[in-house]
Amino acid sequence: MGTLVGTGSLVRLALRRDRVRLPIWIVGLTVVPVITASALADLYPTVESRRQFGSILSSNPSLTALIGPVFDPSSIGGLTAWRVGGFIAVLVALMSLLTVVRHSRAEEEAGRLELLGATVVGRHAPLTAALVVAFGANLVLAALVALGLAGLGEPAGSVALGLSFAAVGWVFAALAAVTEQLTAHARTATGLAGLILGVTFLLRVAGDASGEDGPVWLSWLSPIGWAQRIRPFADERWWVLAFPAAFAVVLVAVAHLLVAHRDLDAGLIPTRSGPETAAPSLRSPLGLAWRLHRASLAWWTVAFAVVGVVLGGIADGMRALATDNPQLRQLIAAMGGEKGIIDSYFSSMMGVLGLVATIYGLQAALRPRAEEVGLRAEPLLATPTTRLRWLGGHVVFALVGVVVPLAAGGAAAGLVHGLRTGDAAEETPRVLAGALAQLPAVWVTVGIAVALFGLLPRMVGVTWAALVLFLLVSQFGPMLQLNQWLLDVSPFTHVPKLPGGEFAATPLAWLALVAVGLTAAGFAGFRRRDITTE
Amino acid sequence: MKTAISVSGLHKSFGRTHALDGLDLRVGEGEVHGFLGPNGAGKSTTLRILLGLLRADAGTIRLLDGDPWHDAAELHRRLAYVPGDVSLWPNLSGGEVIDLLGRLRGGLNPKRRDEFMERFDLDPSKKGRTYSKGNRQKVALVAALASDAELLLLDEPTAGLDPLMEAIFRECITEERDNGRTVLLSSHILAEVEALCERVSIIRHGRTVESGTLAELRHLTRTSITADLAHPPTGLETLSGLHDLTVRGTTVSCEVDGDRLDEVLRHLTRFGVVGLVSQPPTLEELFLRHYEDDLNGTANEAVA
Repeated sequence: MGTLVGTGSLVRLALRRDRVRLPIWIVGLTVVPVITASALADLYPTVESRRQFGSILSSNPSLTALIGPVFDPSSIGGLTAWRVGGFIAVLVALMSLLTVVRHSRAEEEAGRLELLGATVVGRHAPLTAALVVAFGANLVLAALVALGLAGLGEPAGSVALGLSFAAVGWVFAALAAVTEQLTAHARTATGLAGLILGVTFLLRVAGDASGEDGPVWLSWLSPIGWAQRIRPFADERWWVLAFPAAFAVVLVAVAHLLVAHRDLDAGLIPTRSGPETAAPSLRSPLGLAWRLHRASLAWWTVAFAVVGVVLGGIADGMRALATDNPQLRQLIAAMGGEKGIIDSYFSSMMGVLGLVATIYGLQAALRPRAEEVGLRAEPLLATPTTRLRWLGGHVVFALVGVVVPLAAGGAAAGLVHGLRTGDAAEETPRVLAGALAQLPAVWVTVGIAVALFGLLPRMVGVTWAALVLFLLVSQFGPMLQLNQWLLDVSPFTHVPKLPGGEFAATPLAWLALVAVGLTAAGFAGFRRRDITTE
Repeated sequence: MKTAISVSGLHKSFGRTHALDGLDLRVGEGEVHGFLGPNGAGKSTTLRILLGLLRADAGTIRLLDGDPWHDAAELHRRLAYVPGDVSLWPNLSGGEVIDLLGRLRGGLNPKRRDEFMERFDLDPSKKGRTYSKGNRQKVALVAALASDAELLLLDEPTAGLDPLMEAIFRECITEERDNGRTVLLSSHILAEVEALCERVSIIRHGRTVESGTLAELRHLTRTSITADLAHPPTGLETLSGLHDLTVRGTTVSCEVDGDRLDEVLRHLTRFGVVGLVSQPPTLEELFLRHYEDDLNGTANEAVA
């Protein structure tokens, strides 16, 4: 056990560093199911009203694709588990993988692990400590969710829902522990784990969206699918917990094995040497920004194209699912016929794509802050490069760069759907427009990041909180019938529902104007402020 | 001589910390100026203000006849900077960084680039994250030296270099001085400053405590003397400006204030000087004398 010496001290250090960050994550993720449950209880007080609501839900295939199947709509718990399950699972996975990388690979990359490694700290201690923190955080989250939903009077369901979240968290904590052994960069390790998270989400979408005779088993390949198939509040199937548990154990073992086979600071994928002289394009702040952002932009674009292909591929199944259901004729008519069903599916999926693409935009927009704190801005700003040009290089990749993955996702979805229905020339631009309509809302969020960078640089992290707020508002707001002003806070509320909905230029123009204002404020602030390193 | 940098009454606070508290600095064109002070004295803060990265709270600053805050980009065409803590992009090679910085500065001479790379024994094909601290510093040094900037601002540039590379650094700076470049060299390696700089400024707690040529500063402080005399001396106690006096038979050793040297030597010659060893004060002694108070202060605080 000598390789684990010092784990306890490292766990305490990590908890000390995360004494604000982790509680915010945990409380935030607990509050959502609790609020959802109480809102649903207000909206659907009787079993009858819930059954009715449930039958509408389970017959709307785009909801099944986006959120997952409803297992038991008759109880508040069952509805809550259905509504929040998939989304919270994704956020829990993010919390877990970010926590693990932050306390192991990021520390190693920053050179701080070396400082600690020279003290009495075993070879496996840093990784184990990071995993202990992440696993513990998930356990606390599970307990709080179970307690928070205790009022529903179904303790087994509450515990199962909490554990289903924790199980996803454990899988992705363990997964990040493996990806961070492969590469020496924390950023790449996080990106790789995030990519796998996206794939597992997509597997669940594809599985849940397929009809009886389709590849339903795809959902069983996804940890998020496992979490839902524990069926909290719907005759819990505890044995499903064995899948994530076993998977996490295997991944943790693999990660520990890999740690023992690599050097400090090294990844298993060796760093290649680079060119001795710079390419002609590397001669301006924009040229440098291209070098720093291009890999990320390429990955996001490929990922969005794949997502688009899957979304386009399952779109036609929506119609089949819906028309199989005779009860639904009325609803379908109300939604504008069969085409309306598919359009509403696409518009809600494009809304999700917009929110996810914002993650890329924020990463790019927050890069200047990372450069500044990492002392890489100083040498550039000591050349004739003006501050505005330096910041501009990065912001271009945030504002213009984000168009590329969104367009790839929208075009791929429309094209694949169009090819299946033999109407590619018409469907492609319609779905693409649905994706591009998200842009002004994405730009507002990016604008918040730029404004904070210029005016309150120490607070740039708040932008992520804003994105999570927008995500929650847009995903839960309408169903929970939240206050309109709260819905209006999110720029994504103002995006017209395309394809299918009425195109409205005014809100988009307003959003674009707000984005321009925020960005300009950020640039103006940055010109006036000190370059700081903390 | 024209002035390259002139700073007076510079103030800068970060929250409640006063990093600079009325600092003065004057660097003439074509001189290598040593900028001395212990960790946290405000050297890097001063350099960052000179680069327009930080905005001064108060004080007047002229850099190459411009205002470093307002004319930053213009002034940066004429200067090159080596930060104390060089951080490189993990996925860019050292050669790429040197080229990038050179091009941003308006182009660099490939011959000089290769020459300095060879002298510093730098492998330009390695990626940023695989360089050691010393090698990262070399990347920044090569980029600065290969430029044709008239002013070099160097913030502890040799902190990570091995002695061999430090010697090469000294060679290079001496050459640049002969070429007429102005250098502001922040350092706490005193031998380096003594070897390279004509003038030095010593700062402490964000304030300049000494400034002048090394000769001037030496004059202000003590010379240590050991004299072998023909006869045992008398009357030494009556002389002022004498410190740490020890008399062992006919051998006298003591420290003498610069302005009392003449008087003391005259007194000693009366007893017949057989042998005399005199050591000028080293910069280290000079430096330590200024910081003794601090050290004592800290020691007392630690006890209390």
